[in-house]
Amino acid sequence: MTPLLEVHDLHVEIPVPHGHLHAVRGVSLTVDAGESIGIVGESGSGKSITLRALLGLLPQPAQVTKGSIILDGVDVTGLPERRRTKMLTDAMSMVFQDSLTALNPVMRVGDQIAEVPRRRLSMSKSAAHGRAVELMDQVGIPEPERRFRAYPHQLSGGMRQRVCIAIALSAEPRLILADEPTTALDVTIQAQVLAVIDGLRRGRQLGVVLVSHDLAVISQTCSRIYVMYAGRVIESGSIRQLISLARHPYTFALLRAVPDPDLPVHRLLTIPGQPPDLTAVPAGCSFAPRCALAEPACREVDPALMAVPEEPDHGSACIRLETASQWLDWTPVDLPDLLEKT
Amino acid sequence: MTVISVPGSATDTVAPTTRRRRKRNVLLIVGLTLFGLLVLVAILAPVLATHDPIQQDLAHARLAPGSPGHLLGTDELGRDVFSRLLYGARVDLRVGVLAVVSPFIIGTVLGLISGWFGGWLDTLIMRIVDVVIAFPFFVLVIALVFALGAGTGSIYLAITMVGWVAYCRIVRGEVLVAKEQEYSLAARASGLPTWRILFRHLLPNVVLQAIVYSMSDIVLTILAIVTLGYLGLGVPPPTPDWGSMIQDGQQFLLTQWYLATIPGLAVVITGLALALIADGLVERFDRT
Amino acid sequence: MNYLVFVVRRLITLIPVLFGISLLVFFMIHLVPGDPAVTLLGSHATTTAVAELHKQLGLDHPIWQQYLTFLNHLLHGNLGESYQYRTSVSSMIAQNLVPTVWLIVAGALFAVVISVPLAVWAASRRNRFADSAIRTIPLIGLGMPAFWLGIMLILLLSLKAGAFPASGFGTGLFNHVQSIILPGLTVALALVPILVRSLRASMINVLQSDYIVTARSKGLSAPRVVLGHALRNAAISSVTVLGVNIAYLIGSTLVVEKVFALNGVGFLMITAIFNRDFPIVQGVTLLFAIMVVVVNLLTDISHAALDPRVRLS
Repeated sequence: MTPLLEVHDLHVEIPVPHGHLHAVRGVSLTVDAGESIGIVGESGSGKSITLRALLGLLPQPAQVTKGSIILDGVDVTGLPERRRTKMLTDAMSMVFQDSLTALNPVMRVGDQIAEVPRRRLSMSKSAAHGRAVELMDQVGIPEPERRFRAYPHQLSGGMRQRVCIAIALSAEPRLILADEPTTALDVTIQAQVLAVIDGLRRGRQLGVVLVSHDLAVISQTCSRIYVMYAGRVIESGSIRQLISLARHPYTFALLRAVPDPDLPVHRLLTIPGQPPDLTAVPAGCSFAPRCALAEPACREVDPALMAVPEEPDHGSACIRLETASQWLDWTPVDLPDLLEKT
Repeated sequence: MTVISVPGSATDTVAPTTRRRRKRNVLLIVGLTLFGLLVLVAILAPVLATHDPIQQDLAHARLAPGSPGHLLGTDELGRDVFSRLLYGARVDLRVGVLAVVSPFIIGTVLGLISGWFGGWLDTLIMRIVDVVIAFPFFVLVIALVFALGAGTGSIYLAITMVGWVAYCRIVRGEVLVAKEQEYSLAARASGLPTWRILFRHLLPNVVLQAIVYSMSDIVLTILAIVTLGYLGLGVPPPTPDWGSMIQDGQQFLLTQWYLATIPGLAVVITGLALALIADGLVERFDRT
Repeated sequence: MNYLVFVVRRLITLIPVLFGISLLVFFMIHLVPGDPAVTLLGSHATTTAVAELHKQLGLDHPIWQQYLTFLNHLLHGNLGESYQYRTSVSSMIAQNLVPTVWLIVAGALFAVVISVPLAVWAASRRNRFADSAIRTIPLIGLGMPAFWLGIMLILLLSLKAGAFPASGFGTGLFNHVQSIILPGLTVALALVPILVRSLRASMINVLQSDYIVTARSKGLSAPRVVLGHALRNAAISSVTVLGVNIAYLIGSTLVVEKVFALNGVGFLMITAIFNRDFPIVQGVTLLFAIMVVVVNLLTDISHAALDPRVRLS
């Protein structure tokens, strides 16, 4: 089965006053129909920019400098901009983090949902209206007819995020890109919104790319995870694989940083240091300066993603990936047993 | 569900380099230098002037700029333009800067009180503000100067009566925000007397915006004075002032166009200097 | 429904302001200690003139009574009588109102027509040369006296180029239009630096908004994004900016009328000041305040019409 979306070696650069910021440095990923993949990483890892690049929504000075995007087996990278944008926006839609600012404050939410059916799908005003109400119902907005006429500021955060999802669906996409869709929401609402997205995925066989800095959110709904650091994917695999044995020190540290409420906390873990300055990326593995397991070889070459032996779908960009099972012994703090939770 | 946030600053915000930091102060430095020069020139007017500014010399009237002994020429009564310009600077700059002082003080104090205490006092003061700003600035100043009688004192008084409102609003706005900050709450909790809280703790924190505004207010005041001078309502003659110079010059626009043009340029340059200072202050103390 | 409530509420808040305005205007003559009649007459203060003024203004009555009389007259449209011309102030104002209204409209129109494109252009070419060039306008423009600007325009466009009349309002529509261009331009240019600065900032704000990104992500065409989303939001902030500055625009007509010898109400007031004709000064000052209040009201109403968020409380 051809994957819905394939990204090969994507590079994005942003010119800054004193050089170039290499925000995305060779990211590759695939999404199948009906599959939900997650991209996890801290701020500045390049995860949001990757998403934006997919829809051609990069902020003004940023540019895709290398790599290809393949939609349904068709390489759209080389196409003229207009055609490329049309194909990408036809197939994919995006849900943004802050629903309040993502919605036009002076336009009724119903009209915003109906906008794509009217403008791009050539529906009549009443047909588009009906479509919007239908969508609102599907994302779980009660009394959709009444809520149609509401303005964004009149709705709660959870409602607004559902409106954003409805907008994303209005284009009849085959893939939804969600950029931190739950970050601005309360924990209970988070669960609801994720459930809506997941329900739609299963019901319509949509592809979902979920970006978050919250590993817990990702682990709830995504079958495959890409861990990004400093503009690169440093580990990819299924959530089970990562949790049972993370093969990159960064992922390993991420997982360990979550305190288990059931176990006594010995020390609240942080990873010392800061991500590298992406205008002047040093040679070698970008995580090496902060890595407790770094050896001299790590500072020479930046490793590519390598397959983990016996786990063909599990990749890691660490030259010491084979020693992962011993990492636990090499570090002084107890690892909470996350496996119990999955 | 717990959130993992790995500490580490974002790489997409670049740390300011020394070059950028230096650039931030350029505006301020240029503005202050320019204004300083103007003030210096005004103070040194008696030294720098080549002639007595009110001395008429009909034999040498209407000379063009560059004529011997008269750098910028003479007006229709033979008075040296350059010297009048310098002495005019003394008047306009002095009155312009001084006239801002009382509105600043009164407006700031009222703004502090209004913002801090709230309630009926706040409503009352804000209503008065609403009434005053309903009048266009110049119109009210001119009307008040008329009502108060001619003279420099009336100018100061008129500007004070109209100008305090801007400071009041600005400071009140800042106070409303500062009121909720922790240092305010701490001060109140510690039982300090109110006036001490207001002046010792609150004031230093809210006054910056007022100071920035005062720069453009000085410009506005100088404009008002020059306008009054143009209308014949400014400082009483024969003291030279840029506004009255322009008025005198307007009749000779066709032949001696420089008579009306030069004093105006002086005002523009002064305004430029102060605008640079204002922008420079904003850049320098930008909180974002 | 919300909207109507908003408008009514807004109208109600006008009442104390209008009262306050009348109070302030009334008290102008009582500002100086001593006999107001003497201050008013200035150098013309002879004993007979003073006595007559006392009678005319009812200065012998207690002050609150004076105010009530004043208010009463006001509500009947009676603004007193000019000393100089012995005619009712309100009729004189009515006669001279037309050129001033022309000037305000022309000024506002030119201001918008010049500022908006400049601001949009600067916002879309952020931090490039055009933007930096446009950003210097406020720096220079801030300190430029409106009347001097008018004189310079007369010099360049009227005297040297002969394109426009240097003064007066002319007779007939064509002459009116021709005569109003330079003064209107002067009034507008006095405002342009402030407007461009504010409009540029709000344009940038709008263009960088997340909802614009959302609109683009919907695959909408660029014109649709601008027209359907950016424009209305930008218009909202523009209306606010214009409204705030309109008082300044109205005020600058006073001196511009003098520069161009346009016989509008501002010109009337200035002449009255020299003739120490207090009722006219008082009347015109009041008029200006009312104009500002009305314009602010219209601005608020338009703002609320455009922006649904404002209509709460």
